[in-house]
Amino acid sequence: MKVKVLSRNPDDYVRETKLDIQRVPRNYDPTLHPFELSREYTRALNATKLERVFAKPFLASLDGHRDGVNCMAKHTKSLSTFLSGSCDGEVAIMWNLTKHECVRTLQAHEGFVRGMVVRYCGTSFFTVGDDKTIKQWKMEAPGYGEEEEPLNTILGKTVFTGLDHHWQEGVFATCGQQVDIWDEQRSSPIRSFTWGVESFSSIRFNPVETEILASCASDRSIVLYDMRESAPLKKVIMTMRSNTLCWNPMEAYYFTCSNEDYNLYTYDMRYLDQPVTVHMDHVSAVLDVDYSPTGREFVSASFDKTIRIFPKDVGHSREVYHTKRMQHVICVKWSSDNKYVLSGSDEMNIRLWKAYAAEKLGVLAPRERQAINYNQKLKEKFQHHPQIRRISHHRHLPKSIYHQTKELRIMKEARRRKERNVRKHSRPGTVPVVSEKEKHVVTVVK
Amino acid sequence: MASAGEANVSVSHVEKKEKKQTPARYWKEPRGEKDGNDHEEDGGKTLHQEEPRPQTTKKRKQDESPAVGKKFISGKSDPFPGQAPIPEDRVQKFKRKDKTKKHRRQHYKLKAMITCSEEVSEMAQKQAAKFDLLLPEDAGFLEGEEEEDTCLISQEDIADAVDITAGAKYFNLKLSQFGPYRLDYSRTGRHLLLGGRRGHVACVDWLSKQLMCEINVMETVNDVKWLHSEAMYAVAQKKWLYIYDSNGIELHCIRKFNDVLRMQYLPYHFLLATASAKSFLQYLDVSVGKEVAAICTKTGRLDVMCQNPHNAIIHLGHPNGTVTLWSPNQKEALVKMLCHQGAVRSVTVDKSGIYMVTSGMDKKLKVYDIRALKPLKSYFLPAGASCLSLSHRGLLSAATGDIVQVYKDVWSTAATKPYMAHRTRGAVWGLHFCPFEDVLGVGHGDGFTSMLVPGAGEPNFDGLDANPYRSAKQRQEWEVKALLEKIQPELITLDPNELGQVDRATFEQRHKDRVEALGYDPLAQKRFIPKYKKKGRSSAGSIERRKKQVAHEDQRDIIRQTVEDKVKMEKQRNEREKKKAVLNSSRAALDRFKK
Repeated sequence: MKVKVLSRNPDDYVRETKLDIQRVPRNYDPTLHPFELSREYTRALNATKLERVFAKPFLASLDGHRDGVNCMAKHTKSLSTFLSGSCDGEVAIMWNLTKHECVRTLQAHEGFVRGMVVRYCGTSFFTVGDDKTIKQWKMEAPGYGEEEEPLNTILGKTVFTGLDHHWQEGVFATCGQQVDIWDEQRSSPIRSFTWGVESFSSIRFNPVETEILASCASDRSIVLYDMRESAPLKKVIMTMRSNTLCWNPMEAYYFTCSNEDYNLYTYDMRYLDQPVTVHMDHVSAVLDVDYSPTGREFVSASFDKTIRIFPKDVGHSREVYHTKRMQHVICVKWSSDNKYVLSGSDEMNIRLWKAYAAEKLGVLAPRERQAINYNQKLKEKFQHHPQIRRISHHRHLPKSIYHQTKELRIMKEARRRKERNVRKHSRPGTVPVVSEKEKHVVTVVK
Repeated sequence: MASAGEANVSVSHVEKKEKKQTPARYWKEPRGEKDGNDHEEDGGKTLHQEEPRPQTTKKRKQDESPAVGKKFISGKSDPFPGQAPIPEDRVQKFKRKDKTKKHRRQHYKLKAMITCSEEVSEMAQKQAAKFDLLLPEDAGFLEGEEEEDTCLISQEDIADAVDITAGAKYFNLKLSQFGPYRLDYSRTGRHLLLGGRRGHVACVDWLSKQLMCEINVMETVNDVKWLHSEAMYAVAQKKWLYIYDSNGIELHCIRKFNDVLRMQYLPYHFLLATASAKSFLQYLDVSVGKEVAAICTKTGRLDVMCQNPHNAIIHLGHPNGTVTLWSPNQKEALVKMLCHQGAVRSVTVDKSGIYMVTSGMDKKLKVYDIRALKPLKSYFLPAGASCLSLSHRGLLSAATGDIVQVYKDVWSTAATKPYMAHRTRGAVWGLHFCPFEDVLGVGHGDGFTSMLVPGAGEPNFDGLDANPYRSAKQRQEWEVKALLEKIQPELITLDPNELGQVDRATFEQRHKDRVEALGYDPLAQKRFIPKYKKKGRSSAGSIERRKKQVAHEDQRDIIRQTVEDKVKMEKQRNEREKKKAVLNSSRAALDRFKK
């Protein structure tokens, strides 16, 4: 007779001393772990609920301006430094974000500070204002006894409405009645572009193809330029005016523009005849847009007193931020470490938000990090289950926005119904189906 | 003949001159080429070694094996090149599902996503299979000499033959006073709960033989069951259901559950399912203390019950020979199977949820495949089995009167002889394999017997699921985790993987609504509109070809449609004719008078 009976030595399964960690023998045999899927689903549901519980995006409000915040600029080298200019124009403020405090104020312009940009090296910054001047300032504060003076001042002929700096060279561009390209060393523009338009609202350099610029014009068009050429490249005319635009920093042939018709449009620079994606959700004009440094999401600021975060290829927002006191949001920036969003609004405050509302700030222990990654994967896996979808998509909205959304939906439905009826009662083919993307583009001019 | 490098090493002690050679440089000719003879002889081998490895720009994978026979600097070649092979059957064990078939028309993003997830799961499967080789324990076994029957080996012999700790697992408790005993092992297999018919309830840490509590409830006890941990257990008494803690203190008396005869505890759902004499099947949520469902089965006294550990479905056996399957979400039985000619005496389901074993008053023991609901094997036991139990590794124990028989491989091969047998002192009342141990607990009229059944228990437990050696702290942590991932009773279905399947019905419904609202189908495939590229690419010829292609594509749909229609018509006509023929051929009563 040969016999063996299971007999375990407890020493192999119990820790030796109290200072040891507990031994956990594993066996991954699937039959020992029944209900795998249901348990995972339950975990995913819990993770989703916890995410909503921990979603506290608002971090701080930076006050100090004496009028609405009109423009902001990220520092190109330092994460903690942040610049903002206000509507009463007289101040441009530098912030220390870690301490939530104002480091330095200066008298920049008379009237609005219209635009603001930090030079690529981070040692100086440019401002333009309603007083028709472009000023270059040093980033460091003046020493004791010295006067706050700009490094350089250029007097223009017309009012400037925006400016942007080249990503690698000492060249910057301004827009106003025309788009001007300036060399930092000269006091007159090296190149000026016009295309039968009276004014431009915003201009941006492409971060990868650095000689290319895009600007929003007041004749409802978006114009593309090549700095090396004497004439603009092409433009797309839309049904409503675009306010600002932003290039995707990773896939720099895409740019997103914020439009007056409550939508944002992502275009492919090469094919302007219809947008790649139409981003809807705002209930009022969209005023500003900024991409995350990863290029996968962007944040938009709107006149409806909210800011929304959109994935770059999805038509609806994944997140909406609002507070009781935040008024019309004029400018918004996504910080370079992909963690924070800053919004400047009418009521003189700059607000600091988390880019991912439920994210835990600070250093994570390895186990914590592991748990977070696991939960993230679970949420991804079960995202389409109705229960989980409902919880993860639910957002509380202010009453006015909630009702306005509803109203807009009804209006859209009515328009669609009418169109359907017209189509039904006319000869087949005479009333074609026009997709949402095609609807908003009038023409492309080259 | 050894290779050039090795030859060098072997002669180095003798010839000093050779040793002083300058070290080999890659730009010089290989040293072996100096003596042409040597080189000639092992030319085949060196050729093989010097074969340049093709530079692959392929993406690095986890299991990419280096080139076979790679040489080390010392000149030796690796006798086991690459990673260790993983046995195929072990990989199969961890396989969750087959690869999904990819359609040509599928969206490229979806395709990429599916490929990516499949790659990841394949890697996980392989890693788990590799880890499986490292498991510390092996399963037990019992083998007789030639011509020796394993069923004739007595328990005492086995207990003598094995080591002391294992031998101590065979013991008898003589408890003749309070009559036949029901029993239950806790999920970790460490704790034993005994319930005597005449009111004696005891819980024991049976491995250390420590009595935790002993009470007499002064009432008939029908069944006993551990709840989620060893801190609480449920006792079905004459009238109500009671819950006690491990010190024997009565925690609850649940008056909603009356005349309970049998109980089953669903560990992942925290549900206690009870079957009563009044033919009620009730579910109690143990974590919140609420009755989840009460189902009137309308089938009389319910004293045969078991659970399917794979999908948490409750199986009930009835006096008319049927076995019914129940979930808390449905007032009707999910399945009704006629299994026996007489009443069903006992039912049990194996761990993987494939096989169900039933025994009936017709003295038969039957094995069913409950996924296909088909009988597999049928055995005749002269005395008939009153209690059945299946172990983790698929051993079946059947109690016939006062004899406990253990069978091996009941469903794969036709078992002719029992694997083991043991006679107890009284009629067997309850039977239970201890999880993770080679032990079968038998409750009978004269107390309790703990039998050694080599090869019954799963040798390697999972520490995060059921750990027999866990400390109090670990138990608390496990309790919290388990409660957090408690599965809702709504998720109990026949197929536990139903949650992972694509919900096509809802999508179709929603799509239909959307089409109705929009007035057109937004997902309809757009017709191909050829692009007229410049730079000479759209010559007249290619345009013509393209047009033809488009026309052809359109035509294909039409042709397919017509062919399908034709086939359908043909089928219908055939059926009609067949029916006619049948009608014509069937003879009427008066046809016989026809000429």
